[in-house]
Parts: sequence; structure tokens; C-alpha cells
Amino acid sequence: MTRRRTKTLKVDPLTRVEGEGSLFVKIKDGCLHDVQLKIYEPPRFFEAFLRGRHFSEAPDITARICGICPIAYQMSAVQAVEDALGLAVDGPLRELRRLIYCGEWIESHVLHVYMLHAPDFLGYSDAIRMAQEHGAEVERGLALKKIGNEIVSFLGGREIHPINMRVGGFYRVPTRRELDPLAEKLRWACDAARDMVRFAASLPFPEFEPEYTFVSLRHPAEYPMDQGRLVSNRGLDIAVSDYEAHFEEEHVAHSNALHATYGEHGDYLVGPLARYSLNFERLTPGAQEAAREAGLGPVCRNPFQSIVVRSVETLYACEEALRIIESYEQPSAAFVDATPRAGTGFGCTEAPRGILYHRYQVGADGSILAARIVPPTSQNQKRIEQDLREFLPARLGVPEAELTWQCEQAIRNYDPCISCATHFLKLKVDRI
Amino acid sequence: MTRKPKLAVWKFASCDGCQLSLLDCEDELLAVAGAVEIAYFPEASRAIRKGPYDLSLVEGSITTPHDAERIHKVRRASKVLVTIGACATAGGIQALRNFSNVEDFVKTVYANPAYVQTLRKSTAISDHVPVDFELRGCPINKTQLLEVLSAFLNGRRPVTPPHSVCVECKLHGIVCVMVAHGTPCLGGVTHAGCGAICPAYQRGCYGCFGPQEVPNTAALSRHFRSEGVAAKRVVQMFRGFNAYAEPFRKESEAQEPRGESGDRG
Repeated sequence: MTRRRTKTLKVDPLTRVEGEGSLFVKIKDGCLHDVQLKIYEPPRFFEAFLRGRHFSEAPDITARICGICPIAYQMSAVQAVEDALGLAVDGPLRELRRLIYCGEWIESHVLHVYMLHAPDFLGYSDAIRMAQEHGAEVERGLALKKIGNEIVSFLGGREIHPINMRVGGFYRVPTRRELDPLAEKLRWACDAARDMVRFAASLPFPEFEPEYTFVSLRHPAEYPMDQGRLVSNRGLDIAVSDYEAHFEEEHVAHSNALHATYGEHGDYLVGPLARYSLNFERLTPGAQEAAREAGLGPVCRNPFQSIVVRSVETLYACEEALRIIESYEQPSAAFVDATPRAGTGFGCTEAPRGILYHRYQVGADGSILAARIVPPTSQNQKRIEQDLREFLPARLGVPEAELTWQCEQAIRNYDPCISCATHFLKLKVDRI
Repeated sequence: MTRKPKLAVWKFASCDGCQLSLLDCEDELLAVAGAVEIAYFPEASRAIRKGPYDLSLVEGSITTPHDAERIHKVRRASKVLVTIGACATAGGIQALRNFSNVEDFVKTVYANPAYVQTLRKSTAISDHVPVDFELRGCPINKTQLLEVLSAFLNGRRPVTPPHSVCVECKLHGIVCVMVAHGTPCLGGVTHAGCGAICPAYQRGCYGCFGPQEVPNTAALSRHFRSEGVAAKRVVQMFRGFNAYAEPFRKESEAQEPRGESGDRG
């Protein structure tokens, strides 16, 4: 009698990710047979209940898709609505939007680097256990994260689901003087972020460099955050409004989130590695130098080193936030008036985890008639599975517990936000 | 030596924001971790200890048959169960489905309705199991979360004032946006806890902490209508992040223009 030598690695639930998912890896006769990232987080139907609501509610409602990156949802939502209404928001109002987005990048990146990802490299279950032997590092992370949150809560009213962002600008804008205390803290934060880059660079990285298709925003002068064209390293260069002509979704049976694909290239990667590799020369000189010191070139294809890239982007966000505060002049009005008109608008911004696309069709009375939202983790989902397919074959001899942990770490490279990805299922609303 | 109480953090349908509030307590997190054993908190740790748990924090609402069973297991494994946030306490924003014709809705939305398992309604945890304490907010206030933890550790009831956001405004000396600017505001019927941030930023409260104790929603609706706010808009104001909390649900139903209830997707 022969025994079938089938081994299944199961990680259920996936931990230190946002939301609920699990991983199944099937190994048959010493070969990798199947990889499935399962998302069982229940769908919440956002695009469905946005219909009939007033456009002014879009930023507050879509923020609730994700408690980790609510600013990203608010930013893409207001831009898409403003596009539909033909509204331009620039000058100090746009600078303030970048400032609050910097706060979210800092808060979200630092959370991931110190509390969710670093423990993998150092062999701890979590940051609290890591703090017992790496107290100074964890405390630095908490202090930096707090500054990111302070920017968001000062400008937005609170850290999670801020209340101050609106179509056309803000409900209330700060005075020059009110921003001074933040500037003082950000000067410390820039130094701390340089230490963060050094810490991240000192971690051990496995050799692994897939041939990624990177997709991110690109702006003529700035590191991409709130504006730009969509570009890739495969020749893509399109306006945000053309997104749906180039990217499609597949429905796979094992997931409550659709998989996004990019033409004949199939899977693609969004997020820190893509932004960095497509926009290195747009980083501040300080951030570029820190990246070089950390041993990174202008392109980074090792997903495990995303922890270094996130740290470099944290430094960038600290420097950019400081620049905005130092050159800030209070605008004469807190917002540009919005007059309802019928139309369709598109918005895409760089959430900490990558591009977040919104489209709204608005009626003449200001009601939302249709909405479509594509979060970054849905776009990365297919690529996460592909990373595992490429990463695992050389490591199948590793003891099971260790191999399971390595799989988890490879998934956490993406800082996946499963809460975001799941609501994506509703996309079918628009296709019927 | 007494052992540390075991803490568990559970997630149902939600955005993760309320449990993130615990990680957002940057100054207190390590102290909290010193006072309790974090036994089940998948968002923060891959170390998972078996129950029973002394304190369970539950985030999210019940929206699937699987979750309707899972919450009973959580209850059985928990000595004290505290719900955190509007989803767990009132069904959350996803409870907007509760006002739709779900049969039609599912058929319209899904090519293959059998594939997606979802309940007709998004409901609060207390609709399924006994709950020891409910912490309000979308999201919760992290200072109030620390108060809940501290109260639990000291064997007392958490102190979270049940008065309205209106009272918080007065306590903070914030100019009334409704009286001074005519901005519609739910502060007069909404549970305190946020610190009246919306009026402080010159906008009306949108009710994310849910109804206060004994809210006079009818009087507020009459005032909105007399100020020229359309009935449809008044309905939507009560149908936000706590739409299925009973006083808000009843008020939105009372204000709903006849014959238009089916137009809301």
C-alpha cells in the first residue's frame, strides 16, 4: 500500500494583518501543488448603499471601509466627486490635504513596520514580546506612530474616521500658529525616521526578487500621493479616468474579494515597492540618501525589503509634512463651494498600501447614482499568491512550523488590508 | 501569585478601526500589555492562546450565518464580553441593508447568489448573546476604551456619560452650529464620547456615537423640517453609522416620505 504524501500548510486565521483571511498551501509528493489566499471577511455592500446618498456624504461613508487608512478613502472620494463637479482644489487647501495624508502614511507605515512586520524578522509573535528585548526600537516606533496620528487628529479631528475633510476642502482650516507645535515634533520625527530606516536595513532578508509589474501614480514634480498619472514599468502611462479600460477583475471561487488583473501582464503590484521603484528620483534628497545608505538602489524588487522602503517613505512623509507646515499660509476660505451638477468623476490616490481608485456618477440633485471602488489589497491579492508560488519551491524542505511562518511573513510583506479588499465583491453591482 | 487576566479581541463585520484604537494608545499600550495577558488578538499577534478569556472585546456586527454561530462560541469562552463601536453595538453602516428589500437586492447584486452567504440584516451583538457593556462610537474613543479596561481590571463599572453631544459642546464652550449658523446637527440626540469634535470643526454632528439615553428625536426632526431640511435628508441623517439603533431607526421610519421607501438601493 502506498501512502500519498500530501502535506497541507494551513494558517487560519492569518494574523497581524488587517481583517480576516487564511492561507492554504498544498504540497504533493514534495512539489508545490496549490496556494490559496482565502478571504472570508464578510462583504459590507458599500457601493450599494452609497446609491441615493448625497455626494457630500461620500468621504464620511467610504472612510468606514477601513479604519487603518480612512484618509485614503476620503481623499480618493473627494477627488472623484470634485472631478464630477468640475471643482479644482489647489494652493494651501491641497497642501493641507497632502499634510493629513502624510500623517496617515506615517501612522500606517510605522504600525506595519514595528508592530506587524518587524517581529517576523526577529522571531517574535508580536511587538509586545519584541519590546522585552528591543524596547528602544518599539518605543521609537510608538513615538513616531503617535506623531503621524497627531497630524491626522489635529487636522482631521480624530485619528480614525476623521471628520474635517469635505468635498471642496475642509470644514475648518488651521491658523499658521496652530501648526507650530507639530513642526517641532516633526523635526524629531525626521531624525527618528532615519533611525527607522537603519533599523529596517539591519534585518535579515531572504534572496528573492520576482519580475514584478509595478503600477503607481506618477506626478511631474512630486513623489506620488494625491495626484498624477497611472504608470507602470511595462509602458503604461494613462489618466486616472482610463483605469477601468486597462484593469479588469477576475472572480475566483475561494475568495470574497475579486482579483484585479492588468491586461496581458496579469498580476501586478501596487504599494511602496511600486511607488518607490517608479518614482525614486521624486523622493526628497534626504530620503534618497537614507535609501542609498540602507543599501537600496533606485529599484527594489525584494518584497521582504518593503519594510525598508516603508521606512524610507516614512522619512519622506515626515520631511514633506515639515515642508508643508513651514511654508503654510492660511487660505481665505476653508473650502471651495460645490454646486451639484450631473456627471461622472474619477479619483485615484496612493493609500499606504497602493493605488485606491474611486468612480462616482452623480445626479443633478447631488445624489450618487453609481459608485465603484477598487482598493489596493484587491489589486495585490493575485500577486501575493504568485509570490508564494515563486518563493516556496526552493524551501519545501524547511520544517513545517518554520515554513508556515515564512509564508505568513511573505504575505505580511504586502501589509494586506483584508477589510478593504472584501468590500470589493460589490463591484458586480456595476457590471450587471 | 495571581495570574494576569486574559484579554481577547474579536472581529466580525467591521473596518478594524475600533480594535486599532487599542494599538493607537501609543503611550499606554505597553502598560496595558503589562497588566493583562493578550491571549487572542490576531490583528496584533500570531500567538493565540485558548480560552476561556476573562475579558473579550468584540468589534463588528453579525451579517453571516457563520458569524451568528461564532458569536455564541465567543460568548461561551468569555467571562465578560464588551462590545466596541457602532457595528457591534448597533449593526454599523452595513445595517443600511436592513432598510432594503433584501431579496431583490441580493438578486440584483450577485450573479451567483448562492455563492455569497449573507444574512438579511446586519445586527448588533446584543441581538444574539448577552453583553456586559457596550462602548459607543464610530470609531470608539480610545480614552474611553482605556477607561473600560481600567474599570474591568478594578472590578467596577466603566464611567461613560450617557448625556448628549450637546452637553459636551456646552462643557467645551463651543459655539452652537445650529443656533449660530443654521447647520443641521444631531448633537442634541447623540450619545456623548467624541468630545463634540464636529461642532468644534464647524460642522454638524452626524450621530456616529448613536442615540443618547432618552433622545427626543421627534422634536429635532420637527426643527430640521421647520428650517427647510427635506424629509428625505432627515431620513438619511438618522440612517448613518447607527441607523439600526432603535431610536434612530424609528425616527427615520417616521420621517420617511410615503411611497418612496424603495428608492434607496
